Amino acid sequence: MFKFEKLIFGDAGWGDEFLIATLMTLLVSILSMGLGLFLAIITVWAKIIQNRITRFIANFYTTVIRGVPELLVIYLIFFGGNTVVMSIAKAFGYNKYIELNALTIATIAIAVISATYSSEVLRASYLAISKGQIEAARALGMNKFSIFFKVISPQVIRHALPGIGNVWQITLKDTSLISVTGLVEIMRQSRISSNVEHSPLTFLITAAILYLCLTTISGRVFKTLEVNYSKGFST
Amino acid sequence: MIEFLNSIQNSLIYKNFFLVLSGLDNTILLLFISLPLGFVLALLFALGRVSKIRFLSRTITSYIFVIRGTPLLVQIYLIYFGLGSVKFIRESFLWYALKEPFWCGVIALTINTVAYGAEIFRGGIQSIEKSQVESGLSLGFGKFLLLRKIILPIAIRKVLPSYGNELILMVKATSLVSLTTYMEMTGIARKIMAKTFAPVEAFIAAGILYLFLNFLMVQFVKYLEWKYNPHLRLNN
Repeated sequence: MFKFEKLIFGDAGWGDEFLIATLMTLLVSILSMGLGLFLAIITVWAKIIQNRITRFIANFYTTVIRGVPELLVIYLIFFGGNTVVMSIAKAFGYNKYIELNALTIATIAIAVISATYSSEVLRASYLAISKGQIEAARALGMNKFSIFFKVISPQVIRHALPGIGNVWQITLKDTSLISVTGLVEIMRQSRISSNVEHSPLTFLITAAILYLCLTTISGRVFKTLEVNYSKGFST
Repeated sequence: MIEFLNSIQNSLIYKNFFLVLSGLDNTILLLFISLPLGFVLALLFALGRVSKIRFLSRTITSYIFVIRGTPLLVQIYLIYFGLGSVKFIRESFLWYALKEPFWCGVIALTINTVAYGAEIFRGGIQSIEKSQVESGLSLGFGKFLLLRKIILPIAIRKVLPSYGNELILMVKATSLVSLTTYMEMTGIARKIMAKTFAPVEAFIAAGILYLFLNFLMVQFVKYLEWKYNPHLRLNN
């Protein structure tokens, strides 16, 4: 049933392939988490400034993406992304065929999904900062940038870390859906290996264990970060 | 006007919409079995998780840990491809269920939602104030009556928002069953895309239907919240 000998490193087994696939999963997760946080900050900004249009767009984006299955979003970006990019390029007078590589598409797709979750977390932790802090900073004559970087960000990070840890776990698990685009990460690798070796159970259990390790270890890392960032606050 | 209506009727999104709609019943069928089953099992698992029987609570804790730590896709594949490759399962009675993508989907979704649901319910059960339980005990309630009349109603009321979230995640999760060749909405949208080479139209049609389904789910949860929180209603 479970064939350990298929998992050794080197040509006889799939160990090294799985190692590379795990690194790919991590790479996609980190890249899309970063891009997602960036998108989330823009979304939160669009929601909290008093502007109806930006708020409507941001709300529309988060509602739609959160209401539609992740797989559908990935399909849409994977199959529709090229068309969109090419039509944009055409508008700028570039008529050649453009093909985005799988990693770019995967990162964008997962980031678009993860940003909706991150934005909710960030918005809640922004609202948790008391107004007096920002007013005090303004009274000290700080400009907008230093208020953002020196007063708002450190507190938002502290409030948001537990939630961001959750979003990270979701993002990590969502990268398994990227296997449908052909990018060789853990899930895709386990499908390839099981098709070659005709023993799906071995490789799927391997994949499950790898995901479990990734989520557990990163959970620990976030715990440490939380403790680090809430120094001086009794938890 | 008529020309405009005709152009809508001939548009790809309109045609796809009804094609994808034919998969709605399959999506709903998945939910209709796995959600109630998941709810009942999640409650039982949550009770087991907080029980004083060490073995039981530890087993359930590790079950929750494993299921929440792995993607749903791995679980679906494990059940559909993994279990199907084991010889003695193929020869046993289980094979009647496991050879159907539908039942594999139901089993995987149920296993998944039970783990998340049990954790949510555990939070609800543990957040009940001790005084409530004590007053029940002082009134002479037995264990079962205490559970039925005090613990479960309060716990369920408390967790409704987060369980509602889980229900929406489940609606979205049904799309993954399409990867086991089960033809629900995402599967049909994919088939349309393969036929027409018009990905955007096909997936937007499916997306609208999923949004609608989730909208209904949100309304249902809102109704439940209204029903189970009579003390919070502004005007009766």
